[in-house]
Amino acid sequence: MSGNREKKKRRLRGEALTVLPLYVFTLLFVLGPIVYMIVLSFLTRAETWGVLPEFTLQNYKNIAEPVYLETFWESIKLALTSTVLVILIGYPFGYFMAKLTAKWKKRTMMLLMIPFWTSSLIRLYGWIIIFRAGGILDKLLMALHVTEKSVKILYTYPAVVVGMVYALLPFMIFAVYSSAEKLDFSLVEAARDLGASPMKAFLTVSLKLTLPGLLSGVVLTFVPSMGLFFIADILGGNKVVLVGNLIQEQLMKTHNWPFAAALSVALLALTSLFMFLYRKLSGVKDLEGLV
Amino acid sequence: MSKTVLELQEITKSFSGTPVLNGISLKAEQGEFITLLGSSGCGKTTTLRIIAGLETPDSGRVLLSGKDMTDTEPNKRDVNTVFQNYALFPHMNVEQNIGYSLKIRKRPKTEIRGEVQKMLSLVQLTGYEKRMPSELSGGQRQRVAIARSLINRPQLLLLDEPLGALDLQLRRQMQQELKRLQKKLGITFIYITHDQEEALNMSDRIAVMMDGRFQQLGTPSEVYDSPKTAYVARFVGSANIVYGAVECVEGELVRFTSTDGSGVFHCRGNRFEPGRPVTLAVRGEQAVLTKEFEKGSRGLFGTVKEKSFAGGMLRIAVSLHNDLEFICSRHGIDSELVPGDRVRISWEPQNACPVDLDGEERI
Amino acid sequence: MKNRTKLPNVYLGVLLFLMYVPIFLVILYSFNESKLSSVWSGFSLKWYTELFRDRAIFEALGNTLILGVISSLSAGVIGTLGAFGMTKVNFKTKSAVEYVSTLPIMIPEIILGMVFMAFFSLLGLPFGMTTLILAHTAFCIPYVYMLVKARLVGMDKSLAEAALDLGASPLRVFFDITLPLLLPAIVSGMLLAFAMSIDDVIISVFVTGVNTNTLPLKIYTQLKTGVTPKINALCTLMFAATLLLCGFAAFLGRTPKHKKQEPESGRAGR
Repeated sequence: MSGNREKKKRRLRGEALTVLPLYVFTLLFVLGPIVYMIVLSFLTRAETWGVLPEFTLQNYKNIAEPVYLETFWESIKLALTSTVLVILIGYPFGYFMAKLTAKWKKRTMMLLMIPFWTSSLIRLYGWIIIFRAGGILDKLLMALHVTEKSVKILYTYPAVVVGMVYALLPFMIFAVYSSAEKLDFSLVEAARDLGASPMKAFLTVSLKLTLPGLLSGVVLTFVPSMGLFFIADILGGNKVVLVGNLIQEQLMKTHNWPFAAALSVALLALTSLFMFLYRKLSGVKDLEGLV
Repeated sequence: MSKTVLELQEITKSFSGTPVLNGISLKAEQGEFITLLGSSGCGKTTTLRIIAGLETPDSGRVLLSGKDMTDTEPNKRDVNTVFQNYALFPHMNVEQNIGYSLKIRKRPKTEIRGEVQKMLSLVQLTGYEKRMPSELSGGQRQRVAIARSLINRPQLLLLDEPLGALDLQLRRQMQQELKRLQKKLGITFIYITHDQEEALNMSDRIAVMMDGRFQQLGTPSEVYDSPKTAYVARFVGSANIVYGAVECVEGELVRFTSTDGSGVFHCRGNRFEPGRPVTLAVRGEQAVLTKEFEKGSRGLFGTVKEKSFAGGMLRIAVSLHNDLEFICSRHGIDSELVPGDRVRISWEPQNACPVDLDGEERI
Repeated sequence: MKNRTKLPNVYLGVLLFLMYVPIFLVILYSFNESKLSSVWSGFSLKWYTELFRDRAIFEALGNTLILGVISSLSAGVIGTLGAFGMTKVNFKTKSAVEYVSTLPIMIPEIILGMVFMAFFSLLGLPFGMTTLILAHTAFCIPYVYMLVKARLVGMDKSLAEAALDLGASPLRVFFDITLPLLLPAIVSGMLLAFAMSIDDVIISVFVTGVNTNTLPLKIYTQLKTGVTPKINALCTLMFAATLLLCGFAAFLGRTPKHKKQEPESGRAGR
């Protein structure tokens, strides 16, 4: 029997070897940094540059200042606005797409993948061309006599919203699609057959069964939208300041690392809360459509 | 002349606290066709996996050709398996699948090709070497799986419900073909099925399993005609089980009484004492139903519940006391009996077989 | 009935068109004579010639590709081995490590950037390619890991057992059976990781060094400070490359014969 145990041990050692890289990398370069961030958020900022190893809660107290709270609120508002728009635009897309024939599904998927694979900056740049004073949008609106003067949409809040929605839309579409694709559309027909109105059939059957995809799409839109500072940067100028921009500023310009860490911890807590709610609501562990 | 290829000694195994095998012992001679028969969850697949080395028993030993192989890895055993779903490698064609074990053993390419050709003609698939598994029908995949596990000429071939996914006609055909192959190659087969007909057709010996135990291990006729336990009688012979108490013993004949009447059976070499409970197995086709009977005649009495026709046989269900049912079957479609008739059930003494209650709850 | 089914298709078409509008505009203005994107002053290829004279851009392109290749390759190895090993081992820390390892794509990128910047300077690592590779590998791993894991879950366990049964050593089983069957998942995981890596701005901003520029970083700076149509030209070329890659991927992805395994005959019933 000892030979048995010996062999099992050896086999186990070989298997443990395969997870070793993942363990080491995860502990060293994911857990380590995150723990350090949390530690950092409780440390004191040095007079000029760097960090003093003195415990303080000051960084968190700073967040409570109206300016920063305002920023948090702005970010949440923008994230919510973007998410709602992404749902309204993306859900029907994913749902209709699942109803296409196999051939067209493939083609549509391809057409979706190409912009998705194209550099997000290139696509943002396209929006600058559209939005800038005297840009395409202005020309179009003037030609249609909707407006006489430039609408000056670049470097405004709506421009940022458009950029966000545009960047995040594919995630929602993929999530909804992957869920709707599994949907047996004969169930909808059955519901109609049983006397449900189209709306009722949609609400009770389709929406209910694609809810996991929708929820996962919401997470995939909401969570990143809290941190996409470069969209706000490029399309919003310095008029729209989000938590992401704030963290970046604190890190790169003000060099107040402990405060940046505290902001990050707060943001992490916020998004974790969101993820927690998602899991509670959907009862799913893995995000749909991500894989 | 014949030698023991496989010996299982008191194998036990449990999965997370639930016992699956409770002391299995088995000896298989060279060239024998042994079937493990039982319903799902009885432990037959686990037994097979232990022989293959895919599971390690909690206790007990596995001997292959007399050598203790209990702790040997599956890749070092001279045993091959035909998996239930065939487990053909989807990314290899038929030739690569069949030749895989020779490739591992680093045989020269020409030799592998020759061997593969031999196997293909053996399973009648010549010309299919470049096909992918996805391009084959169920029966063809089955043959490839068999060829793949036979190419090494293992001493022992394990087959886990290999015909389970095939339709009835193909099943019958493959049963014969498998038997032919086995006879030709002289390899020991350990075969799993839950189909008693298949087991009775093909096997040299059958082990009927229930709850991780062998209920009976014997030749098809032993298992069919002289079931040891109520479970075996029911599962293999679809027999009726009659419960009663011994009334008196007259030579080799034993009289018994039950709530439904009384009857006679042959003791078959067992000793019976008056007053002791007895359980009998009576196969439906060996029971006789009579409508007109004299008062006080021997037999079980009941009421015809329903008639149905299945598989060329007429089934007549007779309800007895305590919600028990006795199923009679006979050839032909005609019977003057109608539901509601009072009938007498009787049989020739030698057709009632005393069995153990083991594992079966008395209702 | 027909009209009812048409409306959704119109919606799909219009939305797809809108998705391409910004991209087409960028391409269009790369051929513009004028430096200003608000005026169209005639067709020209001069921005392309200027682009090819810009060594800094090509250096950034090189960096981006090196970074993408190394990160997705290391993620491919670590993620595949990890996903495979996790099905075999039974450590108590297993699910916790699994959770942490997928965090990089679950939390806002900005946090990851901040965290890496702080951590790498704590370790005293020189900011540059090394730090970029470490950070990118961290967020590349989850893509490979999750895709491979999903594939492993759907994989028939008896295939590996059959190989073992036929005499293959566990190592041999991995290379002969498991790896080839996982390959599609590994490749698509790595492609996804590569796409994310070469497009990343947020994390790169924080972990790059003074002398290491990647293409997204370069474009980002220019978009903030002022763009020349050179960038349009560059974007056009990148888009063309994307198209080529997508076409190539579609060509590869044209389900090879063995991929549509077990179509008609179901599994053995019990």
